Amino acid sequence: MTSVAHAQPHAHGGGDAHHAPMSFWRKYIFSTDHKIIGIQFLFVSLFFLLVGGILAMQIRWQLGFPAKPMPGGGLLPETMVSDGHILPEYYVQLVSMHGTFMVFFAIMPLLVGVYANFLIPLKIGAHDMAFPRINMWSFWAALLAGLIMTASFFVPNGPIRSGWTNYVPLAARPDLSGVTVGQMLWCISIVVLGLSSVMGSLNYITTIINHRAPGMTWFRMPLSVWALFITAILGVLALPVLQGAAIMLLFDNVLGTHFFDPAAGGQALLWQHLFWFFGHPEVYILILPAMGMVSDIIANGSRKPIFGYHSMVFAIIGIAFLGWIVWGHHMFMSGMNPTLGSTFMVSTLLIAVPSAVKVFNWMGTMWRGNLRFHVPMMNAIGFVSMFTIGGLSGIYMAATPVDIPLHDTQFIVAHIHYVLFGGSLFALFAAMTYWYPKMFGKMMSERLGKVHFWLTFVFYNMTFFPMHIIGMGGQMRRIYDPTIYNFLKPQQPLNEFISYSAFALFAVQFLFAFNFLWSLKFGKKAPQNPWDDNGLEWSLPNPAPHGNWEKVPNVYRGPYEFSAPEAGDKDYLPQYTKLPTDRDPVPAPVPAGH
Amino acid sequence: MRWWLPDAGSTFAGPIDGLFTAILIITGIALVLVEVGLVTFVIRYRGRPGRKAFYTHGSTRAEVIWTAIPAVTMVALGLISNHYWVLIKDKKSVPPNAYRLGVHAKQFEWQVTYPGPDEKLGTSDDFTVRNQLHVIVNQPTAVELTSEDVIHSFFVPEWRLKQDAVPGMQITAWFEATKTGEFELGCAELCGMGHYRMRARVFVHTPDEYKAWVAQQAAGGTE
Amino acid sequence: MTHATQTLDQMRPPYPAEPGSGVYSSKLGMWVFLASDVMFFTALIGSYIILRFGAPGEWAKPGAVLNVPLTAVNTFLLICSSVAMVKAYAAIQDGKKYFLRPVPGKTLRDGGLKFWLLVTILCGAAFVSVQVVEYIKLVGHGFTPAGYREGSLLAEHAAADAAKYGAAVAGLYGSSFFTMTGFHGFHVTCGVISMTYLYITKVLPEKYSPQDYRGIEVIGLYWHFVDLVWIILFTIVYLI
Repeated sequence: MTSVAHAQPHAHGGGDAHHAPMSFWRKYIFSTDHKIIGIQFLFVSLFFLLVGGILAMQIRWQLGFPAKPMPGGGLLPETMVSDGHILPEYYVQLVSMHGTFMVFFAIMPLLVGVYANFLIPLKIGAHDMAFPRINMWSFWAALLAGLIMTASFFVPNGPIRSGWTNYVPLAARPDLSGVTVGQMLWCISIVVLGLSSVMGSLNYITTIINHRAPGMTWFRMPLSVWALFITAILGVLALPVLQGAAIMLLFDNVLGTHFFDPAAGGQALLWQHLFWFFGHPEVYILILPAMGMVSDIIANGSRKPIFGYHSMVFAIIGIAFLGWIVWGHHMFMSGMNPTLGSTFMVSTLLIAVPSAVKVFNWMGTMWRGNLRFHVPMMNAIGFVSMFTIGGLSGIYMAATPVDIPLHDTQFIVAHIHYVLFGGSLFALFAAMTYWYPKMFGKMMSERLGKVHFWLTFVFYNMTFFPMHIIGMGGQMRRIYDPTIYNFLKPQQPLNEFISYSAFALFAVQFLFAFNFLWSLKFGKKAPQNPWDDNGLEWSLPNPAPHGNWEKVPNVYRGPYEFSAPEAGDKDYLPQYTKLPTDRDPVPAPVPAGH
Repeated sequence: MRWWLPDAGSTFAGPIDGLFTAILIITGIALVLVEVGLVTFVIRYRGRPGRKAFYTHGSTRAEVIWTAIPAVTMVALGLISNHYWVLIKDKKSVPPNAYRLGVHAKQFEWQVTYPGPDEKLGTSDDFTVRNQLHVIVNQPTAVELTSEDVIHSFFVPEWRLKQDAVPGMQITAWFEATKTGEFELGCAELCGMGHYRMRARVFVHTPDEYKAWVAQQAAGGTE
Repeated sequence: MTHATQTLDQMRPPYPAEPGSGVYSSKLGMWVFLASDVMFFTALIGSYIILRFGAPGEWAKPGAVLNVPLTAVNTFLLICSSVAMVKAYAAIQDGKKYFLRPVPGKTLRDGGLKFWLLVTILCGAAFVSVQVVEYIKLVGHGFTPAGYREGSLLAEHAAADAAKYGAAVAGLYGSSFFTMTGFHGFHVTCGVISMTYLYITKVLPEKYSPQDYRGIEVIGLYWHFVDLVWIILFTIVYLI
């Protein structure tokens, strides 16, 4: 039988050969161009990042100054704030929604929605995603999910009150949580977001497997693409589990099912197992793309090939694999069988190994380099140093006995923020600055970028480092007023200090916002290859046209050939540059049948 | 202002704090190594015109070393941790002579059931006190944790003890307090809007004091 | 150079093989989607198993509440539908785009793609219809997602013979039964709708050929998967 795959044009995919001028709506709103979709994701998730930040500021006000009325509190309805004082139920909602927005609608879409969409086709040499229309739906589903989640602030009784983790029976029982519609909206929003994520991920996986440029072998792919590929696999396998769990929770709330109702034989710990079976791979969804992009940027900034490319790839795969068998470390104190706890401790501690390999390899990359301190590089170095702290503080909680006093205290809050802010967000600042010219054809201001980096770095550490100490002192997570506990009273000055630092940290982010928006119009016009990089994306004009290349370039080497001897007097050698010694890639074989 | 774990108040504090310190040293070394390394590289290898980076793709030897060292450290740490973990949390580790109390958590209070003068739970002289936990110093004590409604978590920082109370499950947590005085019991798992005020007073008595208190309670007295 | 241009631009017609897997993109995409769907059903079925093993009481005896013979017929319908899908796939591979065509010397007529895909759709639709009827009857008897409705016939039976009807865990029984079979039914419905869409837009205008029948192959993968899930569900929910 002959292959049918290539007899006719694709039903969808591959990008159009003709780029006719399109209306504004087709071009910017219902776009199927992966770059536009990435930019749509960027603006939407930056908005949700701001929302999450505003919620965080209110949390910090309450923790720092529990007895004082919040400035601007009068603007909020009586159900949330009374006489300017945040109410306990509103505080719990703040905590829950801050986590929900930041994890599901800010960091995850920023890393995956924006950069998987934007970078994968550009970096592997594809005209577009394999399924551009599914890609468009993925964005619209994510936006819909975000709007549903936002709507829960405006329904009677407001949004969820059971933390972003929604532990049951609290989340399953409106009579105990006091939340009715908000809980349903959370579940529905998560199911829709899961659909969006699966649609996105299957696109990324298919595109990377099938649409690489000639010569772009697996081990010539940039680490950012590797990381996004593995992340997509995690997404495809993890999100449906959360969807299943969210549907059960929804039915418990709406249809009166008893999945999580212990009185009828349901199990409270079942939710935790399902949630964290999704949730731990999710943690790596939130950090692997950051690691990948930082690898690209550090190699560029060091003007050196990445140190140990293959072990970096295997470390990504190792982290992703181990990520599936560590979920129980969120449940050491849950009453789960202690023997299982021992197993989960070992697998969790082992994850430190590939993480350490990555950190040392980044340092190895910088070693004997010729460092260029552009803004992305500074943020990337910030990422390495902060992710190290976040990774190391994880060891305390992985070691089960030490986890006993630290579990569910501010220590874990410090840990997760060192990984998600110090890690993911610094990587995102780096990535946003680095690929800004590719997106908009302009450069962001270097000076503002540096000021923003240093202020963020300082205030960030002032905010989150003391949380370790507060947590050691025993301050539980998600408590509305620490001062009612005698053992927490002495720590209150530190809580105030954290709050002041957090306000400053928040304020400093407007520098970035200003730089981002101002440069759209007034930024310096970007040269074609502003960072002297090797990636395929820089063979295109800035911004790249719809459909990317007329003809995709051939790839002759790996992505990190900085300072290669054959590059001559330049210190970089792009993947698409053909040297006289290079041979054209062998065409991919035609598959026999399919 | 406290910069360390709360003062030790149970036999668990010794090994847990020791392990904490050990991890602090290990991670401290790693942290200093990385951060000092980064700063050194940033200064030493800062870009200068006319200089070219050293072209290398890595070193298998270096990578094997920095894979093996963390791996060995983590496995060792895991083995040591597991020893104490089993001692603290395993069901078989509850001392047979432990004094048994019932702790029932509900939104937003702790109901502590005492065995009464006959020192046996489940008999008619048991009595229940809200938001007060009285225990005997240097006496292994086991609490039978249950929950009425949602998940709560039994947390006494000085004892280095934390255990969730899960509706539909009965979980035994044991400890041996080593310091008399008054402490606090808090809820460490978000259990609703009143989570923050789910607080109980904890009293660690000498055996005689405790007996006197039980007698007083059995006689129907308060406080 | 011209040679290279001809062979190496993977993404413009005329299509050479796509690099990498050797599997065309929509088929690969469907495989990835099915992997994610496996995880979805794993979450539901896994929860069912955990809940059933950890339940404080015995589950209702097979056949006590659910109509096993009717569902067995329904299962047969779904298997027939899968077989019809295989026939449809074979038909288009052989270039049989027609509905029915007489075969010389035989009374039976030979079915083409239009015939077999229609059979597939009808069997699938029949399966969903039977399931809807079953749901209505069950709810009428008092079997709901929340358990046995108070005051219903079923609740009376359960009160009389608690062991047979698994009275202690009726709530879990209802929850898992309706959630699992409901989401399976939803998958079948989606399949029927997509196949009907393909039937109207692609099959009737005869757009598929032995050289390109990707739509049929991709939807076929999905259809067989849904069938397989049902066989698992039928076994663990109805028979055990």
